[in-house]
Amino acid sequence: MESAVLSGEHFFNGDVACAEGALAAGCRFFAGYPITPATEIAEHMSKRLPGVGGHFIQMEDEISAMAAIIGASCAGVKSMTATSGPGFSLMMENIGLGIAMETPCVLVNVQRAGPSTGLPTLGAQGDMMQARWGSHGHYEIIALAPSSPQEIFYQTITAFNLSETYRVPVLVMADEIVGHLSERVIIPDASKIKLQSRPRPKGRKDRFKPFHPGPNGVAPMAHAGEGYMVHFTGLTHDERGYPVMTAEAQAEMMERITGKIRRNLDKIIQVEKYRLEDADIAIVSYGISSRSSQAAVDEAREQGIKAGLLRLLTVWPFPEDMIRELARRVKCLITVELNLGQIHLEVQRCSEGKAPALLIGHAGGSAITPEEILEKIKKQASGS
Amino acid sequence: MNAATTQKHPLDGMLRTDRIPHIWCPGCGIGTVFSSSLIAISSMGTDPMKTAVVSGIGCSGRGAGYVNLDSYHTTHGRAIPFATGMKLANPELTVVVFSGDGDLFAIGGNHFIHAARRNMDLTVICVNNLNYGMTGGQAAATTPHLAKTSTTQRGNPEGPFNLPLLAYACGATFIARWTMLHTRDLTQSISEALTHTGFSFIEVLAPCPTGYGRKNKLKNSDLLKVYQEKAIIKNGANPAETILDMEQGITLGKFVEYDRPTYADNYKSVNCD
Repeated sequence: MESAVLSGEHFFNGDVACAEGALAAGCRFFAGYPITPATEIAEHMSKRLPGVGGHFIQMEDEISAMAAIIGASCAGVKSMTATSGPGFSLMMENIGLGIAMETPCVLVNVQRAGPSTGLPTLGAQGDMMQARWGSHGHYEIIALAPSSPQEIFYQTITAFNLSETYRVPVLVMADEIVGHLSERVIIPDASKIKLQSRPRPKGRKDRFKPFHPGPNGVAPMAHAGEGYMVHFTGLTHDERGYPVMTAEAQAEMMERITGKIRRNLDKIIQVEKYRLEDADIAIVSYGISSRSSQAAVDEAREQGIKAGLLRLLTVWPFPEDMIRELARRVKCLITVELNLGQIHLEVQRCSEGKAPALLIGHAGGSAITPEEILEKIKKQASGS
Repeated sequence: MNAATTQKHPLDGMLRTDRIPHIWCPGCGIGTVFSSSLIAISSMGTDPMKTAVVSGIGCSGRGAGYVNLDSYHTTHGRAIPFATGMKLANPELTVVVFSGDGDLFAIGGNHFIHAARRNMDLTVICVNNLNYGMTGGQAAATTPHLAKTSTTQRGNPEGPFNLPLLAYACGATFIARWTMLHTRDLTQSISEALTHTGFSFIEVLAPCPTGYGRKNKLKNSDLLKVYQEKAIIKNGANPAETILDMEQGITLGKFVEYDRPTYADNYKSVNCD
């Protein structure tokens, strides 16, 4: 058996670092379909999984890849897929299935510019709202945004941990630039990596209700073949997993699947506050755009402008309270992202008119430069 | 208390009796296919706790909801890839896909052909009622040419798949076709399919009086009569020569059973030896 955790110093691109993060997190099943710029994740998993006792399968499309990882997870194996825009669109229906079946799994989207085939080889952050609302119906989901190969390594582990803890599909919303950027990646000793696994049932099997929530709102999960005779369905169901076609059952199930996330926001949401304590101008950014933002903040500080950065490691659920708090004490908020304004809408919503919320964004195809951001910061500083 | 209400049905242990009555219409053939499947599973001699049933969407897809085994009612057309993930994650499981013709061969057709090509070790039972029953009787990929459905009100301009031939061409290693009237043969075939290692496919013709029957002016018993009178039992028939024609005849039997390495066997020999 090969080592699942390649402790040491490496020079990896983001896609490979993501795959290594998954292996370190205990992922032992990967189903995928080739797509630029996420293909290297599948390739690396196909090479590595057999050696660590896991299984890789290249499916016939992204629909089946998503279905297969939910099936594998229901049999008790930590599972993942990786894709980009068009494949992400195809996975939407089964993301909903994962949510309704409360089945842990991780989906990595190495974003490229869309719509449609778009710019397959060039980065964007245009799927952020799709990540939130792409599957039909109302639900809560968790989405992370890595800004470097090192960070995607850790965030993939975090994604598995959150997915297991809350029994929900977790999205790692990377982008082409992070996916194809090669940098130093340090992988710690396996003993230093904290792993979570899904809550498991105790007690009498015949009395077990597969969707009866535990203390943190999350139900213990029984796997196929363990004798619990569970029933899982995408239909609205009660705590036994039985379909119930009423408004009351719908409300109860929705409360369960949204409540377990909404009541644990403080444990789920992670942000990094950079030079924000005394900031007049707050940048809000995530993923690759947050690196340009950080450089711009440093340069602005050099020039005597009090700029700071709120870097979103977790994009969904959205850190609403932090934006509210920030809007009360800064002169303006600037969202920096590689789209025409998606997370910007959330920042606008949560700033509640207390501070102007501006956007620096374009439709994708190249990174936003620190110079563009600095220029806007300076303009705002001189205007205030 | 009335004796009839207290008597235990021999398959009660296999059913989620608290979910009965089921949703299937009077005259529907799914229940019979479902019973045959449960008899075959319960007499398999293996641990039912190690058997999982996966279905898609539609009338037959509801089967997973009534069986007292680990059961998964997935999205439309996606039972096979879901089952694929489950089987690969835990090879000790016997994974049965129980679903309908619309689910498995129209929206899910791509998954069927690839799972057969891979010789994935699954047992796929397809209840073929010639139409989409759940949504009110629309044309399917199995609806006979010129048959009337709610989306082909002047007759179906398309022709149906010959499912055993499709399965054979794709690489399925166990293929049978029965009607729900041939319960002993059907149960026998399901039992064999469950113990067969590799991709097993059983097509079962079953009437849908509410959807297909009404629109084609067929009484409840008419399609059953056709299934009885036109049946040509021909075990070992070349799948290319099997027919499903309400006038000329319906070829039934166990057509194909042969061994070749499964996907998991090949994965192991390529990656782990």
